[in-house]
Amino acid sequence: MDLTPTAEEQDFRARLREWLGKTLPELPARPSPDDWPGRRAYDTGWQRRLYDAGYAGLHWPVDAGGRGATPTQHLIFLEETERAGAPYVGANFVGLLHAGPTIAAEGTAAQRARWLPPVLRGDEVWCQGFSEPGAGSDLAALRTRAVRDGDDYVITGSKIWTSHAEVADWCELLVRTDPVSESVPKHRGISWLAMPMDVPGVTVRPLRTLAGSTEFAEVFLDEVRVPVANRVGAENDGWRVTMVTLSFERGTAFVGEVVACRRTLGALARTARANGRWDDPVLRRRLGRLYGEFGALWRLTQWNVSESQASGGVPGVGGSVFKLAYSHARQELYDAAAEVLGADSLALDEEWVLDRLSSLSYTIAAGTSQIQQNIVAERILGLPKGR
Amino acid sequence: MDFRLTEEQRDLRAGVRELLAGRYGREALRASVDSGGALDRELWRQLGEAGFFALRLPEADGGVGLGLPEAVLVFEEAGRALLPGPLVATHLAAGAVPGAAAGTAVVTAFDLGGPLVAHLADADAVLGAASLPPGEPVRCADPLTPLHRVAAPEGAGDAAAAAAAAAAYRDEGALLTAALQVGSALRTVELAVRYAGEREQFGQPIGAFQAVKHLCAQMLVRAEVARTALYAAAVTADPAEVAGAKMLADGAAVRNARDCLQVYGGMGFTWEADVHLHLKRAWVRAEQWRTAGEAEELLAAELAAVAE
Ligand SMILES: Cc1cc2nc3c(=O)[nH]c(=O)nc-3n(C[C@H](O)[C@H](O)[C@H](O)COP(=O)(O)OP(=O)(O)OC[C@H]3O[C@@H](n4cnc5c(N)ncnc54)[C@H](O)[C@@H]3O)c2cc1C
Repeated sequence: MDLTPTAEEQDFRARLREWLGKTLPELPARPSPDDWPGRRAYDTGWQRRLYDAGYAGLHWPVDAGGRGATPTQHLIFLEETERAGAPYVGANFVGLLHAGPTIAAEGTAAQRARWLPPVLRGDEVWCQGFSEPGAGSDLAALRTRAVRDGDDYVITGSKIWTSHAEVADWCELLVRTDPVSESVPKHRGISWLAMPMDVPGVTVRPLRTLAGSTEFAEVFLDEVRVPVANRVGAENDGWRVTMVTLSFERGTAFVGEVVACRRTLGALARTARANGRWDDPVLRRRLGRLYGEFGALWRLTQWNVSESQASGGVPGVGGSVFKLAYSHARQELYDAAAEVLGADSLALDEEWVLDRLSSLSYTIAAGTSQIQQNIVAERILGLPKGR
Repeated sequence: MDFRLTEEQRDLRAGVRELLAGRYGREALRASVDSGGALDRELWRQLGEAGFFALRLPEADGGVGLGLPEAVLVFEEAGRALLPGPLVATHLAAGAVPGAAAGTAVVTAFDLGGPLVAHLADADAVLGAASLPPGEPVRCADPLTPLHRVAAPEGAGDAAAAAAAAAAYRDEGALLTAALQVGSALRTVELAVRYAGEREQFGQPIGAFQAVKHLCAQMLVRAEVARTALYAAAVTADPAEVAGAKMLADGAAVRNARDCLQVYGGMGFTWEADVHLHLKRAWVRAEQWRTAGEAEELLAAELAAVAE
């Protein structure tokens, strides 16, 4: 057990900190959530700056356009950028944090060359077309069909809750390439495709979230033609590829946010001291407890990274342990915030009130807490599968 | 940075687990419950021989020369095994009280934040006191932690000196106690999972039911979060991290024991099952060295300081 940074890590942190100190003051404010195209432009612009400065795809393999840095350096990157208040990945979320890593791990050389550099440069934005109206937690029940026609798949069906669909160029799409039958169980017969969002037959209908924004959408697919060459992994082997995607989504995609939560907690403590609520021992202790919990979650992240560093880079099911603890703590944090602010917590023009609303999705998106608990119980603890 | 355990640390942990399984397995545990919780001096000496108490003394002083991270791994195993006795106080006294390092002396401490002292009748010394204070026996909820009430430690004299000594050791005491709690929390996950896999109702193992699965999954989450907090605190020895580890470990040990009891159903409410022993000991440890409330206050003060 060694938590001291190596000389290389220290040097990396120092250079990054210096760069952030120079770069961040020049940045304008991020557009509001009502303006998704504005947000896209802002988020990809930030990605471009990271790319130009050599900070894009840090821990991706070099032959995938990455820098081949260690996962620890990636953690330092997340820690420093969040601490400095740098923009969040935003619209680049899917591309950078799970579609990209999946293609890096499972794609062919040609696929990596085609899709990864534009993600790193901020030229292309991805969305995730997994969930369907009839296939949420039971993802393998998905029905969107892809039928082969020459060199293309012809796709018909619909997806739902697709974050950033309105502004995405590509979609990591799950389709059924072999219909469920007596001989084919539902987890077989699925394929993982990269689908362009601007081809004929794709219709995006924004959905309004409880936070009032149009962060996600319904996507209708009507005889959409996608080249067979866009399939990542073998035909009908998409479930296995999906597990890789989900392990990135749960394992590493949220870690930067832990640092952001600690910053929010600091801001709350300042507010509580200014408005006198800090003198309430119940509230003060609640904040103290959260401080301890987020500290522990950061350590859990470091632990998971050390483990995955040792086992080849794809995060294990430990990500589910992290996601369960984190999504709960994040909601607790914003409830405590509301207590600090009292009636002011109802003022929707405050950024953090929107964050409070969005925190409600954390126990649902990327696999609900109930599903995560099933995974932990069955895959880590070895309890029998339910009927 | 490499947070994983080293080869040596893994070996150490495995060695201690083996030693405790041989020397203090389930039968020994139940035998000490039946005998009313008297301390096994021979076992204490063997623990001393194995380096349990001298672990962090420099080799020049006859110790093993290891650090807090190793001590935490060893105490985690003691927590799993429900090893009784003032383990933390005696470990802290190694080097200060003759015989503590070797396990020939039993040392307790004023670590309960008041006039109650554990294992006083079996003790040769109280950390920081020149002599053993007189005390009245008090029946303790935990059958393996006999308690005595002594003259209030805030007053003049020996008891006050001993209370002050305990305060000086508070961080290390809290950290090692957190390790005992984490060991217990991980153990009750195992017990619950094993029982849930064996016990059948409605024609299938109860572990196939989500209500039971989810209890077990949450137990693991609590234990794992506490365990990483503990290891990190052992490496940094930062007081706020230590407080966080104690707070999370107390919560994990107590709540896991309760959930384990729930998974056991009626069997869990019997004297026969070990679950209540884990719960009762977890309650004792939650009062020792630093309570959750004290930890939260310390963390709040730290938060206020870093937020300035
Ligand atoms: C903000 C947000 C963004 C999202 N972004 C995307 C995206 O970009 N792409 C995408 O593909 N999807 C996305 N999703 C969808 C998300 O993955 C699903 O909402 C989630 O997997 C749950 O599916 P569902 O909504 O159909 O709920 P359901 O599966 O219908 O679940 C409803 C309730 O039943 C419970 N439940 C269901 N099955 C079980 C079971 N076996 N055991 C116990 N309880 C069960 C659930 O836990 C939940 O409480 C997003 C969701 C949100 C909220």
